[in-house]
Amino acid sequence: MSNTAPLGTATAPHGSNAPYDVMRVRQDFPILSRLVHEKPGRPGKPLVYLDNAASAQKPRQVIDAMSRLLEEDYANVHRGVHFLSQRSTDLYEATRDKVAAFLNAPSRENIVFTRNATEAINLVAQSWGGKHLKAGDTVLLSHMEHHANIVPWQLLRDRIGIGIKVVPVLDDGALDMDAYADMLTDDVKLVAITHASNVLGTVNPAREIVRLARAKDKTVLLDGSQAAVHMPVDVQSIDPDLYVFTGHKLYGPTGIGALYGRKEVLDSMPPYQGGGDMISTVTFEKTTYREAPYRFEAGTPPIIEGVGLGAAIDYVKEIGMDAIMAHEQRLLAHAMDRLADIEGLRLIGTAPGKAAIISFTIDGIHPHDIGTLLDRAGVAVRVGRHCTEPLMERFGVGATARASFGLYNTEDEAAMLADAVRAAKDFWG
Amino acid sequence: MFDDLRDLYQEVILDHGKNPRNFGKPASFNRTARGDNPMCGDKITVYLTVGEDGIIQDAGFDGRGCAISQASASLMTEILKGKPVKEAEALFGSFHDMCTKDDEEWTDHGPVDPDAMDKLQVMSGVREFPMRVKCATLAWHTMNAAVHGEAVTSTENAAF
Repeated sequence: MSNTAPLGTATAPHGSNAPYDVMRVRQDFPILSRLVHEKPGRPGKPLVYLDNAASAQKPRQVIDAMSRLLEEDYANVHRGVHFLSQRSTDLYEATRDKVAAFLNAPSRENIVFTRNATEAINLVAQSWGGKHLKAGDTVLLSHMEHHANIVPWQLLRDRIGIGIKVVPVLDDGALDMDAYADMLTDDVKLVAITHASNVLGTVNPAREIVRLARAKDKTVLLDGSQAAVHMPVDVQSIDPDLYVFTGHKLYGPTGIGALYGRKEVLDSMPPYQGGGDMISTVTFEKTTYREAPYRFEAGTPPIIEGVGLGAAIDYVKEIGMDAIMAHEQRLLAHAMDRLADIEGLRLIGTAPGKAAIISFTIDGIHPHDIGTLLDRAGVAVRVGRHCTEPLMERFGVGATARASFGLYNTEDEAAMLADAVRAAKDFWG
Repeated sequence: MFDDLRDLYQEVILDHGKNPRNFGKPASFNRTARGDNPMCGDKITVYLTVGEDGIIQDAGFDGRGCAISQASASLMTEILKGKPVKEAEALFGSFHDMCTKDDEEWTDHGPVDPDAMDKLQVMSGVREFPMRVKCATLAWHTMNAAVHGEAVTSTENAAF
């Protein structure tokens, strides 16, 4: 076996002009062929996995890339002078280039590895916020933020006394851009808003958000956890100061995410955690730190997960984010169509151009019960508050059921969701 | 499609879930606590009137939740009326065991009314649904917090 084979190079599911071959794509995901709820005397049900917004399944290419690293090339990175350490380092660092290319970042130096999007936001809050914000300054969030983009700012508020303001969400789930423009007052130093909502599916006008903020010298952080998996993201075109996403929603492993930062912004930020690779020199009197992005990567990094993320990026790029987006939009339209005439079903989030995420409630059945019923039909959805408690309050619901689609879902599965919802309603009586 | 779910969603549960008994904040009470299940967003408040003799004279609840949590609260409030606080605590322990353990593994939490346990048996289907145990026990955790004078409890703090 060759030691120089590029890891995680996906085999082409289809050519650039071929129709989207979802059945071919599905063959890459071993888990999709398993049955669920199989017991002696009871046949299992095919898995209809519609919980992609929580975490996506992994293609064999990602699994293989991680296995191959462990079997052939694994050692600690950035330290050893020996063969495997060099090999591991090269493979791990190759992912930095892949992430940079994936986001169209100007350089690999713009990419900081983190454990996940949540850690990336916490890094920004503690490092950038701790340095650049002071009591009386305001961070502007939106009403559709995930808790991961609320709580880090509250922690900072409690530490240094910043204010938090919230841009409202319209009834269809769109961000109130008029209110946003009005809320860019002098005290606002940072705008931290999600690129796409994990509940509503709303895709926020990222470029416009940045343009308006930049005109008033605000720094902008976008949470791309949901956007980066559903559509192409070009940070040079959108031009945020900071952008975060996570690997496990992008068909990669858990434990690895990334923070993109404009060079000046990253350069202005002090270390986040101390130890290991972020250091230039240490004495007991004084430590000097490395340049960004390495300054923010303390300790042994998630090497295996990093290589897995690289393979995942290869995989989605091979299919093409445009093709994935178009496929998911077809699924969304199909599912919305099939769900539309179910009596008592309320859609939360109907903004134009939304991503393939459908949150709903059904009169008389609590979302938790919907979740259990759909699960027994083989349909995996998320139920609850989706780590967006303020958004639930905004729409006057305690919780919702949420079906979220990924690149391997089919129109049949969208139909099965609707069929299972109907059957659940019948069962409930 | 859902035949085997009848173990979980028995008719009694569906009935209590849709038409919970003792629902609403009573005019008077002297013990209360709020319970949260942060995972699903369920919130309930339990209201008790406990006499000087330690007997629960009245029990009610309000809040929102799934059929399992509403039915559990509804059944609980029916059962608790007229029972000493001490027995309510024992029932909580036994009910908790019923929802989480096989029969032979139950701990002795003190004497309980066998009729009450028979009635609660309808909830035991959650044993097969570990994700739903918190739904079934939320009301009981809340009741337990109320009698111990804690204003707010959360299933996240409970080792269930």
